[in-house]
Amino acid sequence: MSIPYSDKILSHFKHPHNVGKLDSPDAMATEGSPACGDMVKLYLNVDEKTKKITDITFESYGCASNIATGSIITDMAKGKTIEEAKNINWKEADKELGGLPAVKVHCAVLAVDALKTAIENYEHQHGLVKNKVATDETIVLKRLSRVINPIVGIDVVKTKLVTDISITQGTVTVQVDLPPDHQFANNVKNEIMERIEPLWDVTNVVVVFKET
Amino acid sequence: MYSKTIYMDNAASTRTDPAVVDAMLPFFTEHYAVASSQFSHSPGIYSREALDKARTGIAGYVNAEPDEIIFTSGSTEANNLALKGLALANDKKHIICSSIEHNSVMHTCRWLEKQGFELTLIPVDSEGFIDIGFLEKELRKDTLLVSVQHGNQEVGSVQDIVRISELCREHGVIFHSDASLTLTHMPIDLRNTPVDLMSFSGHRIHGPKGIGALFIRKGTPLQKIMHGGYSEFDMRPGTENIPGAVGFAKAVEIASDSQNRMVRALQKQLVAGLVSGIDGVALNGPENFEKRLPGNVNVSFDRIEGESVVLHFDMQGISVITGSACFSRSLEPSHVMMAMGFSHERAHGSIRFTMSKFNTSDEIDQIIAVSREVVENLRKISPIT
Repeated sequence: MSIPYSDKILSHFKHPHNVGKLDSPDAMATEGSPACGDMVKLYLNVDEKTKKITDITFESYGCASNIATGSIITDMAKGKTIEEAKNINWKEADKELGGLPAVKVHCAVLAVDALKTAIENYEHQHGLVKNKVATDETIVLKRLSRVINPIVGIDVVKTKLVTDISITQGTVTVQVDLPPDHQFANNVKNEIMERIEPLWDVTNVVVVFKET
Repeated sequence: MYSKTIYMDNAASTRTDPAVVDAMLPFFTEHYAVASSQFSHSPGIYSREALDKARTGIAGYVNAEPDEIIFTSGSTEANNLALKGLALANDKKHIICSSIEHNSVMHTCRWLEKQGFELTLIPVDSEGFIDIGFLEKELRKDTLLVSVQHGNQEVGSVQDIVRISELCREHGVIFHSDASLTLTHMPIDLRNTPVDLMSFSGHRIHGPKGIGALFIRKGTPLQKIMHGGYSEFDMRPGTENIPGAVGFAKAVEIASDSQNRMVRALQKQLVAGLVSGIDGVALNGPENFEKRLPGNVNVSFDRIEGESVVLHFDMQGISVITGSACFSRSLEPSHVMMAMGFSHERAHGSIRFTMSKFNTSDEIDQIIAVSREVVENLRKISPIT
């Protein structure tokens, strides 16, 4: 076969493990977007006492390396404590898979990022954040820089789709340069909420669209 | 190696017809002399006559004169010779091409832009047809050239080159068209259509690789871009590829309308099976089959990404390609689909099937069945609802 994938990648691609949604996940995360050509959603259940990952699943819109990495990384994380799972990096995933083609590494990174973000979200939502830094504009911007502007496939911060951020008493308000009836308005709103809501001191997220 | 496949990538290259191979073989092992003048040795004269006959055959097919056909190594070289050859021979500094050209035109135009030419790209509509009104407004006194392909490699749109060439003629602008995908598939009559330059390809029409041609209407100011001997009317140096030319001419000779009708029927069968038979499938390119290349079907499957589809198809022995960025070396989605105003998602989910006379109705049925299964499986794991 001319496609430079290892047999292990092809096998995970063909029959991915741990696929689907969890009914009531303790935490979740999304990385990427259809506009980039790759997107992963990851769902976690964590045992509150042992902090072990009891269940983990993923959904993928993407190429073979994206699907295979989602499959392998959920295999690797299952049964580990969240502290152990945090240390899984793409190099380990890459090794497990028998080596991804260089041009495909960025697709694999997404799944690893999704695992890290999901664990981070879990910590925020379960009082496990060690350095409780109050959410400020920098933290919000950092999180929003992972939300993709679906019109151009580049993040909403770089493309200036987010025009203003204000934070008062746990409420984060994000101004978005889109009319409320834009085809992607809901999509962008949901992704912004999903990114900001988990932060430990955030109680409410408001997305404000441009007046028409 | 790979096992038996259902080959659906005929816009990239086709199976060489066995009759073409048979016609070529004697020119490797028996008649291998260079094509030289009538004052040379007998083998050279034999080669010369074979080359002339091939040239006359292709010229006759498109209603041109034999000395208006220059053999090249393929349509990429023909496109380069047309565009760079014109640029070298003229003072005008404005060139125009469509925004959905094949890279051999697009990248040549981009290169000319770097050399100081001003480049205008003609926009296309959502079906892949150029905006002729826009073109008309952009034609200026210093416009040297307009290059608009005849048939599109990805979505199969066939441009109205009669109207475009007439418009260019009225404005005194030279018109070039890359017809590498339309020769033998769509009518081309160069005596009655004011096209000045037209590029052709051998291997896209069941001829051999490594041969193409450029039609150069008499009187078109063009300079050669390679230097060496005097072959091809002193337009293209290098020892003539006689087996290639003979094979190319044979491919043109054996092409028939009945084959085109058969391919058209397969195309309609596949479109019906995919678009009506599976939810969330959009046809990319012209709805009107009369304005679409006979063998081209391009669809986008909602909520799934193209490279995964291609790989699943490949594992089931079906060869297709996608406009997804993941599939390209540049990691950019198809420039054709971006020009047509498609969302990134639609481009990422696009799959191109291009069939030929060697495909069958049974194969199309298999493809439809496999598509249904692959799409269902990938949608099951997709986070997009």
